[in-house]
Amino acid sequence: MFELLGIPPQALFGQLLLGLINGSFYALLSLGLAVIFGLLNIINFSHGAQYMMGAFVAWMLMTYAGINYWWALLLVPIIVGASGVVIERLMISRLYHLDHLYGLLLTFGLALIIQGLFRNRFGVSGLPYAIPAELTGAQNLGFMFLPNYRGWVVVASVVVCFGTWFAIERTRLGACLRAATENPTLVGAFGINVPRMITLTYGFGVGLAAFAGVLAAPIYSVNPNMGADLIIVVFAVVVIGGMGSILGAIVTGFGLGIVEGLTKVFYPEGSAVVIFVIMALVLLVKPAGLFGRTA
Amino acid sequence: MTSDTQTHYESAAEALPIGTPRHHVVIFGVLLAFLIVAPLVLYPVFLMKVLCFALFASALNLLLGFGGLLSFGHAAFFGSASYVSAHAAKVWGLTPELAILAGTAAAAVLGLVIGALAIRRQGIYFAMVTLAFAQMVFFFALQAPFTGGEDGIQAVPRGHLFGLLNLASDMTLYFVVVAIVFGGLLAIYRIIHSPFGQVLKAIRDNEPRAVSLGYKVNRYKLAVFVMSATLAGLAGATKALVFQLASLTDVYWTMSGEVVLMTLIGGMGTIFGPLVGATVIVAMQNYFAGLGAWVTILQGIIFVVSVLLFREGIVGVVARWIKKPL
Repeated sequence: MFELLGIPPQALFGQLLLGLINGSFYALLSLGLAVIFGLLNIINFSHGAQYMMGAFVAWMLMTYAGINYWWALLLVPIIVGASGVVIERLMISRLYHLDHLYGLLLTFGLALIIQGLFRNRFGVSGLPYAIPAELTGAQNLGFMFLPNYRGWVVVASVVVCFGTWFAIERTRLGACLRAATENPTLVGAFGINVPRMITLTYGFGVGLAAFAGVLAAPIYSVNPNMGADLIIVVFAVVVIGGMGSILGAIVTGFGLGIVEGLTKVFYPEGSAVVIFVIMALVLLVKPAGLFGRTA
Repeated sequence: MTSDTQTHYESAAEALPIGTPRHHVVIFGVLLAFLIVAPLVLYPVFLMKVLCFALFASALNLLLGFGGLLSFGHAAFFGSASYVSAHAAKVWGLTPELAILAGTAAAAVLGLVIGALAIRRQGIYFAMVTLAFAQMVFFFALQAPFTGGEDGIQAVPRGHLFGLLNLASDMTLYFVVVAIVFGGLLAIYRIIHSPFGQVLKAIRDNEPRAVSLGYKVNRYKLAVFVMSATLAGLAGATKALVFQLASLTDVYWTMSGEVVLMTLIGGMGTIFGPLVGATVIVAMQNYFAGLGAWVTILQGIIFVVSVLLFREGIVGVVARWIKKPL
């Protein structure tokens, strides 16, 4: 059995895998934040709560309607995304003429309401959500065991992240979206319904959060607080990456997950704060963020 | 959709700096008189809690309402000051005034470090950066050996002020807290109405213009950030003595959110708004404590309603009615 810097390889690869999984969630969530920020210019503070909603809706579909994981993966983003559309139409759309900070405050309030409601209904102890039968078990990779479900989480989030990247950077719809980010008035003059595009973009971003929630449900227990602390880490990820680029959000998300995993191996005490320390360093060296453009 | 950086908070308090308006003197006088009489009618510990949060919210308002910088991590300063003063009073056996001073100084240093980093980004990023650093402070408080983890620092002795005045009595402590908080509020009032405060408002309203006028904008921002952090620390350190407790609640992000809410519903950029906001929220928490998780939901609803319909805040609306800055 060989050892790497005094660390047994099982521990090293195990933590790397955990890091990669956390990174998948950072990437999906910061991607959603970046997409929403790009067009709406607001930071969606309720993103963590909507991720939590994703996990809960999947649990409810399973428990009350017997709808399995695979259908949940498809349905939950649509359901939660639709709730996002309603929120955008009723509330957020009234704030576009104001300072962007009001959007942050509004979505913070929404996060409190959503989390409070779920805590009232389900308590704070986690609810179990079974791994789908097709993905139980593990693969022996020689140097470590890879649980199938965890492998699936990484693959699924990579596919969804790059799908989103492709849709935004390489398709006609994405071109309209990027144009509207630069100059909404002009794009509106070309006959494109910009307000509707904004609404659907918010719905899509929220849907991404919900998708991440469904992916997370079998790994972490489904509980009302699961998004609350996570979203703050994701904010740090977003500050590090800079929200100017979709690809930047994805790469930073995965990268920081891995860095966090490695920290757990070599300096466990620092693993909770390593991302914040990196944020401080990035602010010192490149304040606009690794992939950001200076405004 | 606006993309300009000129931020306009809908505040009604844009006083011209010609002397101190008489109605402000009257309000401060009435407030002081009320605070002296109040403990005869109301529970002093409740009043002290309101006072501490009033100072905390006013400190945030100095930064948010007058500097235009939304810090979503002010709990870091409130909480770390509360930990340091609790530790100083309990373990080092310092007298209360020194313990409060130690806590406040710790918050000032922390404010200098976090502020210097945070002002490198603007607007929404500034809010996220402060929130992230506050979370880092939270994790530190969770793991550090002297903070007592989940238990916090309990049974902090109130001690004798200057070695003479026994603060174990709520009544005695109450008047000390009144003196501290009232002093803090007057300091904030003075800062706002100084030439420094005028430059601050200029930066808030139009940063590029302030730059072109030759002001070193970042120094002003950092200065106001440190002042705000220090005063928030003063509030936190005092709170630790009042409740004889420093706990994780004080450094958690919910606390940062609460103080933003107090400022928002009282009226951002008004002088007396944060006092009113703190009173409303603390009273709500006290009287609705039996409702459990509903308090959080209620706070969320107030947040949403304030942002959508009531951005001027309570004091802002009153100021508009009487057509005088408050």
